[in-house]
Amino acid sequence: MSIHLILFLAFGAVCVAGAVNLLAQTHPINSALSLIAVMAALAGEYLLLGAEFVAAVQVIVYAGAIMVLFVFTIMLLNAGVEERTKGSRVAALIGVPGMLAGSILVAWVLLRHSGTEAVAAGALPGDPKTIGQLLFHEFLLPFEITSILILIAIMGAVVLASKPPTSPAGEPAGEVD
Amino acid sequence: MVPLSYYLVLGGFLFACGVAGFLIKRNIITIFMSIELMLNGVNLSFVAFAAHWHALAGQVFVFFVMVVAAAESAVGLAIIIAVYRTRETLNVDQINLLKL
Repeated sequence: MSIHLILFLAFGAVCVAGAVNLLAQTHPINSALSLIAVMAALAGEYLLLGAEFVAAVQVIVYAGAIMVLFVFTIMLLNAGVEERTKGSRVAALIGVPGMLAGSILVAWVLLRHSGTEAVAAGALPGDPKTIGQLLFHEFLLPFEITSILILIAIMGAVVLASKPPTSPAGEPAGEVD
Repeated sequence: MVPLSYYLVLGGFLFACGVAGFLIKRNIITIFMSIELMLNGVNLSFVAFAAHWHALAGQVFVFFVMVVAAAESAVGLAIIIAVYRTRETLNVDQINLLKL
């Protein structure tokens, strides 16, 4: 058993435990914290695959920025423990066995039919320099388009989250109490 | 050395957990986090295939997926805030009308 496999299993165990904990917890803040654990462990998996840039971006953007946004929203909205309804019980009754059956089927097919040849550690140089060269030569147009997408997303978030102004007709549009 | 299929199985499991969370969770924020979990499972498959086929483009695609996820979470959380402001609930069972 190589050190590579041991590290894969360790990070993978954290991933699986975090994902299951996300489903098991009822308070959103606990789910968010277990999702952060999943993302941090996935960064370790990316490092094992030699994708250093992706691992760094995973920690900075995903575990950092996006999850901070989530935790901030949970605290802003003062989200409490979710209540179990009839619909959620039915969904759990069908969803959990369905998820188990699906993942076992996928695992069986993959383990059976895909090659057992190993992925070499660090076989692919995934450092920022190589990624950057690829990003700014071959993928320049998609890169520029994503910058427009980000700009639109920023404006959309600002417009959506801002308080609706009281309309001059006197009717408070969408205002609570 | 770790076989490629192990990475794919882990990614598939994360995706399945995301789908299950999307179905069984009743809090709109947790449902949104399940979507992020699905995206993470796909990202792991992307990176594993990139390392397996020696195609660096897979890692660039992961970068783009992360950009889209960031934009999506910014807009989605703003929508959640707007929904909470008008309905004062985060339970998706009570958010069943587009109109107020």
